[in-house]
Amino acid sequence: MTTTSLASLASEPLFGLPLPEIWFGLLFFILAMFLFLDGFDFGAGALFAIRDDEHEREQLLAAVGPFWDGNEVWLVVFGGAMFAAFPAVYAEVFTRYYLLMFAILGALIVRGLAPEMYEQREDERWQRWWGRAFVFGSVVAPFLLGLFVGNWMLGTSSIVTLPGVVVGLVVVALTIVDGVAFVRLKTRGSLRTELRPHGQWAVVAYLALVVITLGYVYAAYPTLREKLLSPLVLGLVVTSVVLGGIYVVATRQDRFYTAFVAGGGLVFALVAVVARLMYPTIEPGTNLTVGDAIVSTLPLNIMTIGTSILLPLIFLYFAVLYSAFSGPIEAGEGY
Amino acid sequence: MLDPVIASRLQFAVTTIVHIIFPVMSMGLAPFLIYFTWKEIRTGKPIYEQLRRFWTRIFAISFVVGTVTGIVLEFEFGTNFGVFSTAAGELFGGPLAFEGMMAFMLEATFLGVFVFGRERVSDALFFVSSVAVGVGTWLSAVWILIANSWMQTPRGYELVTENGDQVVRLVDPMAAYFNPRFFWMYVHMQNSALESVALFMAGVGAYYVFRHHVWGYQVENVGFWETTLKIALVALIITAPLQVIHGDFYARHVFETQPQKFAAMEAVWETESYVPEYIVAFPTSVQDLLDPRAKEIFGIGIPGGASWLASGGDPQATIRGLEEFEGPQPPVAIVFWAFRMMVGLGFWFIVLAFWGGYRWWRGELFQDDLLHKALMASSLLGIVAVHLGWITTEVGRQPWIIQDVMKTSEGVSTGLTGAEATATLVGFVVVYTGLLVLYAYVVVRIIRAGPPAGSDLAVIDGEQPQAPPAEVSVDDDD
Repeated sequence: MTTTSLASLASEPLFGLPLPEIWFGLLFFILAMFLFLDGFDFGAGALFAIRDDEHEREQLLAAVGPFWDGNEVWLVVFGGAMFAAFPAVYAEVFTRYYLLMFAILGALIVRGLAPEMYEQREDERWQRWWGRAFVFGSVVAPFLLGLFVGNWMLGTSSIVTLPGVVVGLVVVALTIVDGVAFVRLKTRGSLRTELRPHGQWAVVAYLALVVITLGYVYAAYPTLREKLLSPLVLGLVVTSVVLGGIYVVATRQDRFYTAFVAGGGLVFALVAVVARLMYPTIEPGTNLTVGDAIVSTLPLNIMTIGTSILLPLIFLYFAVLYSAFSGPIEAGEGY
Repeated sequence: MLDPVIASRLQFAVTTIVHIIFPVMSMGLAPFLIYFTWKEIRTGKPIYEQLRRFWTRIFAISFVVGTVTGIVLEFEFGTNFGVFSTAAGELFGGPLAFEGMMAFMLEATFLGVFVFGRERVSDALFFVSSVAVGVGTWLSAVWILIANSWMQTPRGYELVTENGDQVVRLVDPMAAYFNPRFFWMYVHMQNSALESVALFMAGVGAYYVFRHHVWGYQVENVGFWETTLKIALVALIITAPLQVIHGDFYARHVFETQPQKFAAMEAVWETESYVPEYIVAFPTSVQDLLDPRAKEIFGIGIPGGASWLASGGDPQATIRGLEEFEGPQPPVAIVFWAFRMMVGLGFWFIVLAFWGGYRWWRGELFQDDLLHKALMASSLLGIVAVHLGWITTEVGRQPWIIQDVMKTSEGVSTGLTGAEATATLVGFVVVYTGLLVLYAYVVVRIIRAGPPAGSDLAVIDGEQPQAPPAEVSVDDDD
């Protein structure tokens, strides 16, 4: 019994499903979850730069405090899923952008450490420098992640490329859009009222940068034109514009939750565009397709079974976490 | 400029040696935190809330640093060991993905509730959070050690050629995941984490007990530190002997499955029977330090001891010497001395455990200043022993990245240049030195601040409002 079921696990995909495509989609879903959840952490960190008031700064830290660790784990899962499902891509891309990967890690280390350090001491000089480190990590990490995604998507051979830099800026703008929505949802008073225009400007800048990026890709990569003009990509761009409009209106009307959801929707639309521009390759730099790069059937089936059990559980954990800390933070909460 | 292979290996060594400190702290602290939370909820005694809150602070900072240094290790397989990652992704990537989804997610989400949520969630959910964090940390080790132990004793795979590359294909997941080494590695690692944390707690507790009882300073909350010391001693008395006992089984397992590593651990070059075990070895020359040979070294040897250890009771058993193995040898000096120092520390911890237990039984635990000094001096030695153990394991399996399947030098990314690898190695040495200094700084500050004071503790009588009205909290700009 066990041997026969194991044998079938080794020879054919689970339920005959198109597993390479499912894992391709899952990989980008995980990436989107990371960019959405850690994105508003990054955004809140970037806002630290323009808020000097000690009380506001405490609120910014307290707003992301309970969530940051869980949000960052999506990046660990992204790496793990890519390693497990597409090991050749993992090795190829991470080696090619070697220094960039370590720059990302460096920025994430600074980002992770800075709030912990900031809270350690009260004196002004200490807090000024760790505040700056927090802003630095929160802006540089998403920029470099965007640079990575842009380079990977276009298969560039060097690290610093024009389209990569523009995608980096796109991601930074997006984190600020999400960060503003999140902070306004989680705080009261001056932060809530005074951040309103920042969100509106950020979403306009974001949409403009997306259009510039796609225009550049259209001009510089003739092979991608057909995909760019496909109904899916055009539909996603239109969706992004509509979501941006909803975000602006909701921000103006202080419908915090609606703005937050719209900001999240923008992340998923962006990642979906990236995925569409890549498919059917997953490593455009070496023209490796999803079908070529996928691991063999047995580990893929095991991973699929495991993930279909674990992913709902993960959503349950996040539901517990976010409902435990629902609503605006109260005074005295935080570190 | 270093060779990319050497630089990648050194970088992985530096980044793992630093990283392992933090999981040891979190895995070791987790069961204590579950216990403190349980007692706090059941008894309502302030001491348990103090214990829970104090040690949670150390747990939380360890977890943050462990997260950011852990992502580095995951990425390094792709960046530096690309050929290995491509070849072994089927066996190695899966456990890492499961680690993230099954263990790390559980731990990181419930840690948010556990660290920040005491006033926000029910007692039951709070307790569940402490358990979820603990289960998460221990499950994390399951998957990481499945991945590592598979490299030591690979099973359940076959070698195939795919697009001209040798690829390791998974054929039997149970055999691969629960490979022979996994069990001993897991038991030995988890117990060492508990023992290391017990030593750390005992050292910190002993410091304040010493200040108060021996030096005569008035230490606030001395009862807290006395309890800490006692709890740590109980944990040490349980874990220290166990560590040596299953360490013995582990060593025997290495002899059976990785004879080359065992020979390096004992510095046995020629195949022989009735090999003595040098429990005490003194390097009498630089030669002994750099190139130890068991037969020439000055030490106290138990006749037939190494043979007895390897075979599980037969002093006549034959040990295959290093000369029997072709190709490059592991760096014997590192393995030989690291193994010896680890074993020596293991026995020292047993001495400490029974010394402390005896004084406690005699009612002299708070008076024995020599014991206090020994505990203080040993507070970090548990972590040092973990390092020595991992150095034995990982250096001892060289030249193999996957035992008898792939050499470490063959696993390094092909496109990687010496300049890139050296640059990041130097970067890590600088950044991680800073990281360790900051971590030590924060931990020392937490220890000096001590447990939360009585007045700061949770509202047992329910008089204090949970939070003032929101308006008060925000518009206080002046």
